[in-house]
Amino acid sequence: MRNPQLNPAGELQHLLSIEGLPRAILNQILDTADSFVGVTEREVKKVPILRGKSVFNLFFEPSTRTRTTFEIAAKRLSADVINLNIAASSQTKGESLLDTVANLSAMQADIFIVRHVASGAPYLIARNVKPHEHVVNAGDGRHAHPTQGLLDLYTIRHYKKDFTQLTVAIVGDILHSRVARSLIHGLTTLGTPEVRVIGPQTLLPTGVESLGVKVFHDMKKGLVDADVVVMLRLQNERMRGALLPSAQEFNKYYGLSLDKLALAKPEAIVMHPGPMNRGVEIDSSVADGPHSVILPQVTYGIAVRMAVMSIIAGN
Amino acid sequence: MTTLPDAETLCAKLVAELRSVIKPSTAMIGLYTGGAWLAKKLHPQLGLSTPLGLMDIAFYRDDYHKQGLHHDPKRTRIAFEVEGRDLLLVDDILYTGRTVRAAMNELFDYGRPASISLVVLADRGGRQLPICAQYCGTRVEVPEGQRLRMKRNAEGRLSLELEGA
Repeated sequence: MRNPQLNPAGELQHLLSIEGLPRAILNQILDTADSFVGVTEREVKKVPILRGKSVFNLFFEPSTRTRTTFEIAAKRLSADVINLNIAASSQTKGESLLDTVANLSAMQADIFIVRHVASGAPYLIARNVKPHEHVVNAGDGRHAHPTQGLLDLYTIRHYKKDFTQLTVAIVGDILHSRVARSLIHGLTTLGTPEVRVIGPQTLLPTGVESLGVKVFHDMKKGLVDADVVVMLRLQNERMRGALLPSAQEFNKYYGLSLDKLALAKPEAIVMHPGPMNRGVEIDSSVADGPHSVILPQVTYGIAVRMAVMSIIAGN
Repeated sequence: MTTLPDAETLCAKLVAELRSVIKPSTAMIGLYTGGAWLAKKLHPQLGLSTPLGLMDIAFYRDDYHKQGLHHDPKRTRIAFEVEGRDLLLVDDILYTGRTVRAAMNELFDYGRPASISLVVLADRGGRQLPICAQYCGTRVEVPEGQRLRMKRNAEGRLSLELEGA
């Protein structure tokens, strides 16, 4: 079966997941993002490439930060941006997902940025849009968050240059994290020799080893000699049932403190997709310390989203 | 078969011509890929006070809607203030003029230069926009169906070639 993200020529048509994307396309996105980082450092942070195109931000699940970064990225490409807070719109009146999209399509949409609580919703939309319309997954359920994964990859490449020499440790709530899944697929495709996941049994998906990662329950062992430490947010709002005794206990065993970070390589970088729970998964001394690249991640995220939109809209 | 002039000789001619017009406010920008190669030859011989700027016009092209985004765009790097400069914009071959149009649009997103002059190794005619080169190494008649290219070998030597013959 053809990859639903690629057009018949093998070019990126939609961005739905990092899983299944060839290395050449990942590199194309990261290289293009690098050119856009140059644009975002200029006085005029805007290029004319998507002039006349309309980008619809369809957020069926609230997310101020991701929506804003897509909005900034689209505006810097000179597209017109329309933000739809679907939670407060027609769907609550009973309209189906595809009817909503068909209506927006009739308003001459070019790109749909979709965030949905249900895994697979962006795939359903991508299968039903017109050939000139493009879909970007901005997070679907527990499944994928490909632009976050890509901005993590961009950040790692920026600081560490070569994926084939790296040990990357991803720590925390892997079970509920679409960020972790996207990043693991990207790291594997780009040839990272060692990807570790660290967390309590209750927050690791069963069979996570099948993704090609090493599993650690003891954070102190898992961090040894890591080049990159990716901390995940403890997703309180997703917790169902008592997976953890308390946030304090989580911090003791799986929170990143200066002591624990000292086990990683001296030049290790620390990443976090945000928003951070200070004092839970990460201590302020680390988040604000010299190893932290958490704010550069946000800046690169805009360039990566500019790259994705400008590539797909041209294919 | 057309005999093409030697590119290195043309470079020397351009250097001689440009030396007489250099001012303290002059700066140079090369367009990827060929223009950057040529500019890297010219720039060190001109004693300019500013580092060479390099520009990729991928985000300003007028054929994006037909061709999509070019693969592997390079990052534009201009490490001097464009505002008030007398700019030498360098490309290898001048043809339709569309690349130069895109480059000028991008330049104005960096500032308002005092002037822009165009430097090319070869002008092959065929303009589709009202653009001309102020400094031109040579003019080449290109037979129908063929393409003039500037190449660079492993030693960095530049040469002109006709393709599709």
